[in-house]
Amino acid sequence: MAHRSRLTIAWLAALLAVLVDPIGIRSAPAQVFNPESFTLSNGMQVVLIANHRAPIVTHMVWYKVGAADEPPMKSGIAHFLEHLMFRGTKDVAPGDFSKIVARLGGRDNAFTSYDYTAYFQVIARDRLEDVMRLEADRMANLALTDAVVDPERDVVREERRQVVENRPHARLREQMQALLYLNHPYGRPVIGWDHEIANLTRADALAWYGTWYTPSNAILIVAGDITAEELRPLAEKYYGRLKGGQVPPRLRPQEPPPQAARRVELKDARVRHPTLTRLWLAPSYTAGEREHAYALQVLSELLGGAATSRLYRTLVIDKQLATSAGTWYEPDMLDLSSFGLSANLRPDADMRALEAAIDAEIERLLKEGIEAEEVERAKKRMRAAAAYARDELSTGARVIGTALATGQTIADVEAWPERIAAVTPAQVIAAARHVLRPERSVTGLLLPEPSS
Amino acid sequence: MSFRIFTIRLVAIVTLVIATVAPSSAVEIEQVKSPGGIEAWLIRDRMVPLVSMHFAFRGGAATDPAGKTGRAEMTAQLLTEGAGDLDSQKFAAMLEDRAISLGFDAGHDSIQGFVKTLNEHRDTAFDLLRLALTQPRFDTEAVERVRAQTLAAIARDAENPETLARRTWWATAFPDHPYGRPVRGTVETVTSLQPNDFRDFVRNRFARDNLIIGVVGDITPDELGPLLDRAFGDLPARSAPIDVPEARFMGDGRTTVVNRTVPQSVMVFGNDGIKRNHPDWFAASIVNYILGGGGFNSRLMTEVREKRGLTYGIYTSLVALDHAGLVLGSSPTANARVAQTLDLIRAEWRRMKEQGPTAEELADAKNYLTGSFKLQLSSSMSIASMLVAIQYDDLGIDYIDRRDALINAVTIDDVRRVAGQLLDPARMLTVIVGDPAGLAPDESGAGGPATSPATPAQGG
Repeated sequence: MAHRSRLTIAWLAALLAVLVDPIGIRSAPAQVFNPESFTLSNGMQVVLIANHRAPIVTHMVWYKVGAADEPPMKSGIAHFLEHLMFRGTKDVAPGDFSKIVARLGGRDNAFTSYDYTAYFQVIARDRLEDVMRLEADRMANLALTDAVVDPERDVVREERRQVVENRPHARLREQMQALLYLNHPYGRPVIGWDHEIANLTRADALAWYGTWYTPSNAILIVAGDITAEELRPLAEKYYGRLKGGQVPPRLRPQEPPPQAARRVELKDARVRHPTLTRLWLAPSYTAGEREHAYALQVLSELLGGAATSRLYRTLVIDKQLATSAGTWYEPDMLDLSSFGLSANLRPDADMRALEAAIDAEIERLLKEGIEAEEVERAKKRMRAAAAYARDELSTGARVIGTALATGQTIADVEAWPERIAAVTPAQVIAAARHVLRPERSVTGLLLPEPSS
Repeated sequence: MSFRIFTIRLVAIVTLVIATVAPSSAVEIEQVKSPGGIEAWLIRDRMVPLVSMHFAFRGGAATDPAGKTGRAEMTAQLLTEGAGDLDSQKFAAMLEDRAISLGFDAGHDSIQGFVKTLNEHRDTAFDLLRLALTQPRFDTEAVERVRAQTLAAIARDAENPETLARRTWWATAFPDHPYGRPVRGTVETVTSLQPNDFRDFVRNRFARDNLIIGVVGDITPDELGPLLDRAFGDLPARSAPIDVPEARFMGDGRTTVVNRTVPQSVMVFGNDGIKRNHPDWFAASIVNYILGGGGFNSRLMTEVREKRGLTYGIYTSLVALDHAGLVLGSSPTANARVAQTLDLIRAEWRRMKEQGPTAEELADAKNYLTGSFKLQLSSSMSIASMLVAIQYDDLGIDYIDRRDALINAVTIDDVRRVAGQLLDPARMLTVIVGDPAGLAPDESGAGGPATSPATPAQGG
């Protein structure tokens, strides 16, 4: 298994979109976590998700800042700082953070998204205090030199080559994202544009760190074999005594009403089978027409969430135009999100026929509506899948961290099954009619370069 | 594993389980024997009302005849595409409406399966598994659809620099052995496979005498027994013999370049190693951890990434197959810096061979390999997989209790001796896919533009 570190969520999302039938991952679970939460005196929120299966814990610190908070010309600084957080403090030498964690029998990593940046360790419960000491230390005492910053910048540029430039589908997604957002920084890649990464400095990183990395802007989440009585004194001891400054408001340029469908083609000699991807600008839990956020999850499930969903049945099985077809929707974005659809052309099929069939399927949905039974089946699948959420140690920590960093509450997460259960066929159709409109869309074609 | 359920796939990517190490009995394994004589290892866990089962049949893609490469993998995909009276869509609906995940995956040496179900649906889940194992339909629509999906995947593999580098490496390392052929097959073989080929595979491989089962969940041995019979009781008693020879590794220090116009080259490198049953397994595991297996703490990561920024990641691992062992690594780097990176890799390979680890590195490696074992107890399916792995390698039901001691018994002399034997630049094979600059003329090797490697010389 690849042990690729310092992940970007953008990369993960691209990977997932390509590798699997999208089922709306981070929206799935709820009401099973039963978390406890309290706030330290300096404003840092703490969440505990008890799980006593094995004597291990996941320890995560989330910062409510991500790539969409970056100033102009500094794209990639959120992710670059995430790398640099492993490159030393006053007391811990560059690179020693992960070495110490490994010596304790633990694993560590971090990830950056548009709306948040998070750091985590998985470790034996009796070593929790050690990683809390380390994580609190780098929240306050990061110490960077050019000698570590310069090679790390090269590492990030190699990461960009690996996860974007060497992958035609990732290059296309980057172009589509830039077209979907006319004004909002979601149009920039999380990892940054290469020419701007190349100019990021130690001073940029420290300015970012100084502005955003403070206890009142952080969330501590611990999942695993521990109780609140055990956790609270440790949290106070290591995080509670850090000084808590205030962070500036997250002011981001917002989207104007979209006016026209957009289209982009990327041709690459390495592409053998064309792919069609379409994104529609969509509301999220906290932005735009928020009342559609739950119905859009049901829509994604019944349209393209599984092998018995409409798109797979029509495009892959009945018409035999595609080898795969699916949809996805992420409701937990701070600003306007997107609803996505993707289909891989079957080797002997025609791209125009595939696109016409997709258009016809959407048209049919909008015109003829949806059977109540179809909605019930989709909702049942979603709620059943949610029952699995507590089976994996880190799932609850990831779901709750994402929610809290994007303007949701723990109560929202816990209410997810009820809110999905309450979605009606009329709401699903209303959400589809709101979102699946040509002027909200970007269509991207990944095509083979005509060979010589 | 090609798990179909989304959450599981994400877990596979994010939790980065480095399997192998044992805690003091955090878990109690029960040996279950069904009324019909099917054996399984069970760990009871009442945390969530579900059952996760992982199982394996010995004999995988390496049993595919030369002209039928890809047979095991395509069979694995087709088992859940319709069985008994249920066509593909009806079978999928039975699973999806109950959130049952059920699937198969073929490797070189085995075909593995998994079932995860809520307790309320477990009878249905085990019935569907029986149908998949004993009455797969192989309907024309499903076969042609999975064939198209497989051909599309093969085409993608052929142009993905990392996959292409790995495939070329294996083909060069084992030119006359099934391990040198891609599990997924080739365009030619996949195009020619027919339902009778899949039926042959099912008939030969799915039997009670080569079945290994691990179960985790909220279920008692008395409840599990009848379910095992329900799923596996109809299988024949005996499987066909597995006729796969020992694999001869053809490494001789050569570097093969496969030219592709991409901004970053991918390097795959390694030499022959040891199998899981070798007495030096843990010493070799420690050597690998220090060289390149230990993520951010390995020598290769320190030299290539942390000090010089030449790559986003460089890793090595011990690959233990039934008929071969390997030390295998990979790393991507910008085309202009391939030569420098390769020099560093070879220098570290040599330094470890000649000097072995330091005492401090040995101690760190032992701490990690013992302390991290319990981290894989993070989900029911990861625990079930561990139970299958322990049985597959015949390590014994007390293995988890013994493992720390086995690791801690490894001495500095052991790791120095094993490093000297295990690593050898003269036996190393290197494959580069990309447009690398600055390689010495003798390293531009066999690959012209877009070629596969030439027939390798005898060696190794």
